Parts: sequence; C-alpha cells; structure tokens
Amino acid sequence: MNRFRSEISVAYAITALLILLAFLAPGFFTRENLSDLVLANMPVLIVALGMTLVILTGHIDISVGTMFAICSVAAGEFAKLGLPAAGAGLAACAIGAMLGAINGALVAYVRIPSIVVTLAAMVAFRDALRWITQGAWVQDLPGNFQWLGMTRTASDTITFSIAGALAIAIGWGLRNLPAGRSVYATGSNENAARLAGIDSALVTFSVFTITGALTGCAALLNSIRFNQIPSNAGIGMEMKAITAVVVGGTAITGGRGSIQGTVLGVILLGIVSPALTFLGFSAYWERAIQGLIILCAVGFGAVRSRLGSRLRGDFAERTV
Amino acid sequence: MSDLVLKAIAVSKAFAGVKALRSVSFELRAGEVHALIGENGAGKSTLIKVITGAVKPDAGTIEVRGTLVPHMDPRISKSLGISAIYQQPSLFPDLTVAENIALALESGGQWRRLNWKNRSLRASELLERAGASIDPERLVATLSMPEQQLVEIAKAIGADARIVIMDEPTASLAEREADSLFQVIARLRSEGAGVIYISHRLEEIATVADRVTVLRDGESIATKRMDEVDRAEMIRMMVGRELDSLFPKRGIVPGEIALELRDVSCRATGVKNVSLNVRRGEILGLAGLVGSGRTELAETIFGLTPADSGEIRLLGEHVAIGSPGDAIRRGIGYVPEDRPLHGVILEMSIAANTSLANLKRIAHHGLIDGAEERALADGFVRQLHIKTPSVEMEAATLSGGNQQKVALARWLAIDPAVLILDEPTQGVDVGSKAEIHSLMADLSERGVAIIMISSELPELLGMSDRIAVMHEGGIRGTLDRKDATQQSILSLALGHAA
Repeated sequence: MNRFRSEISVAYAITALLILLAFLAPGFFTRENLSDLVLANMPVLIVALGMTLVILTGHIDISVGTMFAICSVAAGEFAKLGLPAAGAGLAACAIGAMLGAINGALVAYVRIPSIVVTLAAMVAFRDALRWITQGAWVQDLPGNFQWLGMTRTASDTITFSIAGALAIAIGWGLRNLPAGRSVYATGSNENAARLAGIDSALVTFSVFTITGALTGCAALLNSIRFNQIPSNAGIGMEMKAITAVVVGGTAITGGRGSIQGTVLGVILLGIVSPALTFLGFSAYWERAIQGLIILCAVGFGAVRSRLGSRLRGDFAERTV
Repeated sequence: MSDLVLKAIAVSKAFAGVKALRSVSFELRAGEVHALIGENGAGKSTLIKVITGAVKPDAGTIEVRGTLVPHMDPRISKSLGISAIYQQPSLFPDLTVAENIALALESGGQWRRLNWKNRSLRASELLERAGASIDPERLVATLSMPEQQLVEIAKAIGADARIVIMDEPTASLAEREADSLFQVIARLRSEGAGVIYISHRLEEIATVADRVTVLRDGESIATKRMDEVDRAEMIRMMVGRELDSLFPKRGIVPGEIALELRDVSCRATGVKNVSLNVRRGEILGLAGLVGSGRTELAETIFGLTPADSGEIRLLGEHVAIGSPGDAIRRGIGYVPEDRPLHGVILEMSIAANTSLANLKRIAHHGLIDGAEERALADGFVRQLHIKTPSVEMEAATLSGGNQQKVALARWLAIDPAVLILDEPTQGVDVGSKAEIHSLMADLSERGVAIIMISSELPELLGMSDRIAVMHEGGIRGTLDRKDATQQSILSLALGHAA
C-alpha cells in the first residue's frame, strides 16, 4: 500500500528540480549535456544496484570505491596484455567478485560486522594498489579499449543498455525470484529467515560477491570513456552509492527498499550538482545545497511515513 | 481494615476491537498483598498497564489514595509511588547495578555532577533491604535472572513505593530465592505498602496473599479473602468452564510413528540422550521448566543445532537433518516462541510471510507467481480467521494473535508431516487461543504429528495425548493423557521420579 511512498517523494524532488531548470536554465536540456550526464552516472548506478542488495540484507559495503579502482586498473592492464575490451571487462568483474567474496565470507561466515570488514578492505586494498602501481596511471591503452574500439555513440549506447539491463534484471529478480525474497527476509529478520529454511549466510555472502562483480562492470564502463586510467579512481564512490540507495528509500537497517528507488536516487544525485551550476550557484555553495536537497527529499518521506503510521496508530498497538 | 491506596473503577480497554478489559474494578488497601490471577490473556497485564499509565483506558477511572488521577501516565504513576516489577527485568545490561538504581531514582538536570560514592552507598543499602548480597559495581549483564529481579525490587524500595506491582516475580526464581522474595514482600506490607501480586502459582498465592481477584476474559469474576477460597475454587473461577470444552480434544486414533528420536544428543545446547516418538495424528506435549531444554530439543529436531549423536527417524526412515532447509524438505515445521524475534517477519506482507518457507509451491519455473501467492495467503486468512483487510498488509499491522496465526500459516503451507509448536498460545488473546487449539485438533485429524511445547499446564493437559517432561536436557518421563496431572508433571519437571 505504502510501498512507493519514499520513491514518490524523491520523484517529486526530481520533477521540481527539472521544472525549475526548464524555466531558469533551459541550457541544461541540450542533448550533449543530458547524454554526458546520463553516461557519467551509469557507473554509480551499477555500483548502487549492488549496494541496494547489500543494504537490503542489513549490511553495508564501503569498499566499493577501492574495488572500483582495482578493477579499473586491472581492466586496463588486461587490455594492454592484448585482451579485447569485453574480455578485460569480464576479468574486471571476476576480480571484483573475488574481492566481494572475501568481504562476504568475512561478514557471513566469520561474522565480523560488515562496516569493519569493508572499512578494512577499503583502506588495505587501496594502499596495496598504490604500492603495486606506485601511483602510476595506466596509459598507452590499446586502440580497441577506449569507446570499445567503436564510435563514441555506439559505445555510449552499449554502456547505457548494460546499466539499464542490469537495473531491470535486478529489480525484477528482487520482486519475482525466491532468491529476491530471501534478500528481503534476511534483511528484515535474519533469525526468522533462517527458521524458514533460508540460508541467510549464503544470501549475505552472495550479495557482497554480486556487488564486487557489479563494481568490476562499472569500472570497465567508466574506464572506456577515457584514454588513461587513474590508479586513484573511485574515491568517494562508496558515499555516492550509499547516498543514492538511502535517498531512494531503502532502509539503512535492511529489509525494505527497491531498485526503482535506487534508480531515482541516482538520478536525483546526478542532476543536483550540475543543476546548481546551471542555476548559477557558486561552487562554494554547491555541496551544501546538494546536502540540503537530499535531506529534504529523505526527510519529507520520513515525516510522511511517520504521519501515516500515527494515523494507523491504534491498529498497530499490540494486544497483550 | 485499613484505607485504600488504589482504586480502579469500571476500567475498560479494547485493542484493535478485542476487549481486553470489560468494566473491571479493583481495590488495593495499604498493608495488603492482593493477588491477581487469571489465565493468560485474561486481562491481568492490561489492568497493570492501565494502573502504571502505560496504556490509556477507553473508560473508567483510577484513584490513588482517594484522589482521582484523570490522565495517568508512567511519569505520574512513578511520582505517586507506583512501582512495577515485571517478569522480565527491565534493566540496562551494560551499566552497573548502582547506575541502574540511580537512573531509576535520581532526578535533576542532565548536566548536574554525579556523586558516584553516594550512588554506590545507596545501592548497597537498598540491595540489603531487598535481602540481596550483590556488589553494586557489577554489570547487570553479569547478573543471573533472580539477581536482576532483586535489583528491580531494590529500585522499588528506593522509590519508596507505596504501591508495588509484581508480575510473575517468581517465574524465574528457585525456591530459596523465592523465599527471600516473600520476606521482602512481608516487609513491604508491614511498612504499609500495598502489593499487587500476579502469579500462576496458586500455592504461592495461598501463602503470600491476603485477598485475591480473579480475572477471566477481561472481566473481574470475584474478589475474595484468601481464607474464603481454596485452590479448586480459584481454578474454577479462572477457567469458568470445564477443561474439556475449553480444549477441544477429539477422539483421534493416532496412526503409525511419524517421528522417532533415538538417544539424540546435542552437546552444544545440552540436549542429552533424548528418545521419544510421535505418531501421526497425535499431539505430544513437551513440558518442563524454563531452561529444561525443550526449545533446544525442538531446534535440534529442526536442524538449527543438529544432533551430534543419536538417530532421527521420519516415517520409519533414518534421516540426517543438518539445517532448517533439510527439515522443511522432509516436512518438519517449527513455529518458534518469541514471535517478533523468530516468527513472523514484521516488514513483510502477510502473503510473503505465508509463502516464505515454501516458495517452491507458488513458483513456476523459478518465478514467484504473485496471484498464486495471494490466493494461498487468502486461503489461510479465511481458514484461520486472520483479521486483516488484505494479504498485502504488513504483518506488523496485525495483533499478536493474528501474527501467530500468520506464523502458523507459513508452516501449514508446507503441508507438514510433523509440526513443532513452541508456546503456540503465549501472549495470544483468549479468542485466538481457542482458534489455535481447534486448528491443532484439525491438523491431528489430518494425520499431522504435533509436538507442542508449553509452560501452561492446563493447555498441556487439555491438548496432549501424551506428555513428555524434560529436566536438564533429558526426558524425565512420559505420561499418558489419563495419568497426567499438574502434580505429576511438575514433580517430573523438578527432577523427581514419576
């Protein structure tokens, strides 16, 4: 009944922002600007899809930025070894999955809190990468790597399609597959899920692994847009992804949320900062206003849902 | 005798349409121990909550020492010297005993300087008055249940409580500890406090109370002086009807052995050499004190803590159950106690809760069929009389009894051969309780073997074909329906021979 409550308030915020832009800065709606904006946000979206799964199970993964950097560099190095871009991409996904699996195993089976595991992974792997690359960027990429060796338009279309397909597939799976149900059940009440025969440790392990693989995919689709790969890629990626997921209405405590919400969250976050530039705000103010808009979007949903539950209050009061 | 310290007049309260209290009046005199008895769900807890201000009554008034209190709330009730001690102590586990006591008693601004020495001294003094020898600097988490109970009592003494409410205070106490509690009660009474004493233990009430009020189905049946009533009379007033009509036991002839345990042990949880069997269509009651290993045994059968020795046979076939998934695949269902923690998933819809243990049933080619899921849930909503406008509602919107029915529906959806019910009617209102019992009878008729764990002796006696009594992780004895009495069960549960 109230399933889309928080999604709706984010959608309102997006609409309001777009209307404002349409009147005050129609330049925002040029083809190049929009397509640039969309493409630049596809990697965040893909990472946020994985993050949604992790947060739905009641965990968090702050190592995605580091994994993103490792996968980016790895994709570039594999391409330089002569692998075609697709092969390099698969290799990046495999490496991401492996790193995610390490996180997942420590969280699900060793039972270390995910914030601790992924904080350690974030710092340790980032420094390991710095040590291995000595801070050097990956350069002299083969010609078939940037834009996948195709025209920019074709490459952009492929990037967009992959991200869209992933969002639809994961969103659909969460609703329609027993596996998706297991994710919600594990995040809502792990004890009860276990008693219902769900292998909640496996669910937790899997969502971290999937997040790693998705991060690898995002890393490749980001890398092909440039002619060199920075070894410090992905810094701040975890905050962007987590913010998008939470803004999209997924409960940080797990069990509630949706991919639709995350997609809206990515859109809102993606347009806020360029919109402010277009509206002529000074760059100094940008992040503060960005924060304010996010707070409003999320706060609005929270206040509404509390009002809603107050109306239901008497009904919800448990009998003795 | 003496003046009234508390008077509740014609108090009524309904939860989601279920009447928990119907015009109940109640009086407490100074220097009196007034017992409040009744079955689970009779309204005792609700009455207490009205008195402490935790729940607002729909109608009726409360007078404290002759003064009308129009809007009772927990703060006012505390300031009027009303203090409640619940079955489950409500202490902060990570703070020390002294801090816990101080938090309850000290008032003043958040920024005042704390006097740690005084806190500790006062705690020692109050604990001593409560008859406890507990170091006030210990963390509450390190205290045993009875010790925590004593800290609660010290809090009540410290608050200079004039009205002390004790809800099943001896449920977790050993006999010796209970004795020292009775001394504390005697002291409170001699100091002129009024004590409301809730207990299921009628023998205990006979020794400790001056008067008794019996509640049944939310109504006050009678208030009598303790010397006017005997045990049988109290039971008759509590139950109000014959046990047989209360528990719809039907003449079902048990079939072949459905589940058999041979010498099953699980070292990790202390289940020791358990051998038992349940037949199809039979209800096996599992009795025992809290901590005797009943839930642990259920968890071993269900694969949560798999057995490390012994044999489990299902319909005559040896089975290995290493996880709940294995148990479910073999048709074993388990409705755990402590619903919000282990049973229903509150954030999920009724439909999703119902299908959770058997998603295969509503999935085609690996996809969840939403329409079929709703139909499945709708069927159970009708069959179990779950009160909800739609199966799409979150389980959190339901009352306790209806949540329990949803938890049951999940297991009925797997078509179980064996169903383990752990305290199936705990905290459930009287109406739902009868429905759950009659559902159990239906299931036996269909040949389901049921193991019912219960702490409520009338329920065990009324529903079971046989009763296995556990003590310290093992089965102490098994009683046939015709031989079982409250006394014989209790004596086995306490570890005596049959």
